[in-house]
Amino acid sequence: MSAVVAPGTLPDASEPTPGRLVEAARRSPRMRWPLYLLAGVLTFFLLFPIYLITIAAFSPRAALFAFPKSLVPTEVSTETLLFFLNSRGVLGSAWNSVLVGLITLALSLAIGTPAGYALARYAFRGRDAFRMLILTTRAFPIVILAVPLAVSFIQWGLYDTVFAVALVHTALALPTTVLITSSIFIAVPRDVEEAALTLGCTPLGAFTRVALPLALPGLAASSIFTFVLSWNEVFAASILTVVNRTLPAQVFSSLSDSPLPYRFAGGFALIVPSLVFIFFIRRYLFNMWGRVSR
Amino acid sequence: MQGQVAESVGVAPAPVARGRRRELAPYWLLAPTVLFMAAFFVWPMLQALVLAFQDASGSLSLEPIRRMAIDPKFLEAMRNTVVLTLLVVPAQVVLALVMSLVLMSGLRGAGIFLYAWAIPLGISDLAAGLVWLSIFTDRGYLNSVIVGLGLSETGFSFLSYEHPVSIFLAVAVAETWRATALVMVILLAGLQVIPKEYAEAADVFGATPWQRIRHVTLPLLRPSLQVALIIRTILAFQAFAVVIALAAYNLPVLAGETYRWYGDLRNPNVAAAYAMLIMLFSLVNTGIYLRALRTRDEQVGIT
Repeated sequence: MSAVVAPGTLPDASEPTPGRLVEAARRSPRMRWPLYLLAGVLTFFLLFPIYLITIAAFSPRAALFAFPKSLVPTEVSTETLLFFLNSRGVLGSAWNSVLVGLITLALSLAIGTPAGYALARYAFRGRDAFRMLILTTRAFPIVILAVPLAVSFIQWGLYDTVFAVALVHTALALPTTVLITSSIFIAVPRDVEEAALTLGCTPLGAFTRVALPLALPGLAASSIFTFVLSWNEVFAASILTVVNRTLPAQVFSSLSDSPLPYRFAGGFALIVPSLVFIFFIRRYLFNMWGRVSR
Repeated sequence: MQGQVAESVGVAPAPVARGRRRELAPYWLLAPTVLFMAAFFVWPMLQALVLAFQDASGSLSLEPIRRMAIDPKFLEAMRNTVVLTLLVVPAQVVLALVMSLVLMSGLRGAGIFLYAWAIPLGISDLAAGLVWLSIFTDRGYLNSVIVGLGLSETGFSFLSYEHPVSIFLAVAVAETWRATALVMVILLAGLQVIPKEYAEAADVFGATPWQRIRHVTLPLLRPSLQVALIIRTILAFQAFAVVIALAAYNLPVLAGETYRWYGDLRNPNVAAAYAMLIMLFSLVNTGIYLRALRTRDEQVGIT
């Protein structure tokens, strides 16, 4: 599992999804209605709840308290969403979430990209051990970081700050960032970098003008992955903040004393950015979640 | 950065002095990551261990462990966490296996199905809990359907503390819904690198689809299954916001107790003891999976 994938095999293996699936479809033209039925049932199970929370978020409060509820929206209204957004602390915490996500992103790219580049471009002693260590972090529960760090952050005067939450999120995102960036740089052919050098580019120029632009789509997808990870994280954010909540921490901490419309609209608001981001990085799903997790 | 790139591609002539720098270059590039992980990953873990064995005054003590163990919710939390894991992880693996085999079976529009099924990847456990709250709550969508179909006058209180089984099932459904996508992506990535020739050989020898899956695909998929099981089990031990969104504290779980002891009861020591317990569970589990699903080298080679 720890074996480093040979350069050149990875871009093939990480991209072929639609291609290979289509090819498989061509190979077997038989009627397969049970498969389609199964796929339909699965799609219903996975997507219908999202539909329901969406109509809940766009129903007026009266409709949310009605019973039995209609499964098709009877009246579209922004009342519930506006009630949620105007609740105390929500907009501020949404802004904090964006800040935490951006700081996490900047930190993990700044710290992780060089390591990813080193894994991709150099053969050095300890490389496999380092890769293994990075993979091993997945075997430790993240929940355990929050409590001791809260104690330390109180001592350092960092407790209840956006930066403190971003530091923990960076610790969560960094291993993935390193592995993703390394696979991205493996996919960027070394030859083009060398060609740039022979044509008179400085080494830094070759990196910034050739390797980096080629790696940019992958790096953008990796950034989105990191942002979503940070946006979704509840436990550490709830433990590390009191006033400067992130959005999930704010929604979580007011669960017990908030009415149902607040919770439904909150659930919807938490989902929307992730849905948008997943759409943008759908081509990289395997790179992000599949390949890297091995 | 400059010199390193040049030397790595071997263009610049490498005199002796620079040769040494070339050897060191990757280590300099790795250093920030290593330092950061040491400070914000390894160190807090050690700190948690220390905290779990300290009393409020900071001296060595078994007090946190004792308070954790005599807490009335302790055994309940442990039992719930373990049962939830035993329920949810197999369900996710089976469902994800079905999903990825369906996707690989030559379905038209498989790409679209894939993206639709991957959507829960971006949904947090808190949001998943709230989504299913809209379904399972007393006057929610499920009861609306039940009453609408005339199956009941008023519906059923799925999330009432009087019905622990239905609370449990609601949490399990929400967790399965949210996290199956992760397992699916891991298994699908594993399935894709299994050479087609194996399946074709099975067909040539007249294997039924079921035999092919059972005796060819599954054994070859073992490394991916191992990874998926390890990651999912560790995440299941940490189930937290989804539980509290659906069941408040009526269904105590280990991560929820960790939060309660830190956030509500202001006792970081007992919270750390709970965290250590979760860590212990995770490590024991990883060990069991690695042993039970030990893969031979040639199998690892194809992942």
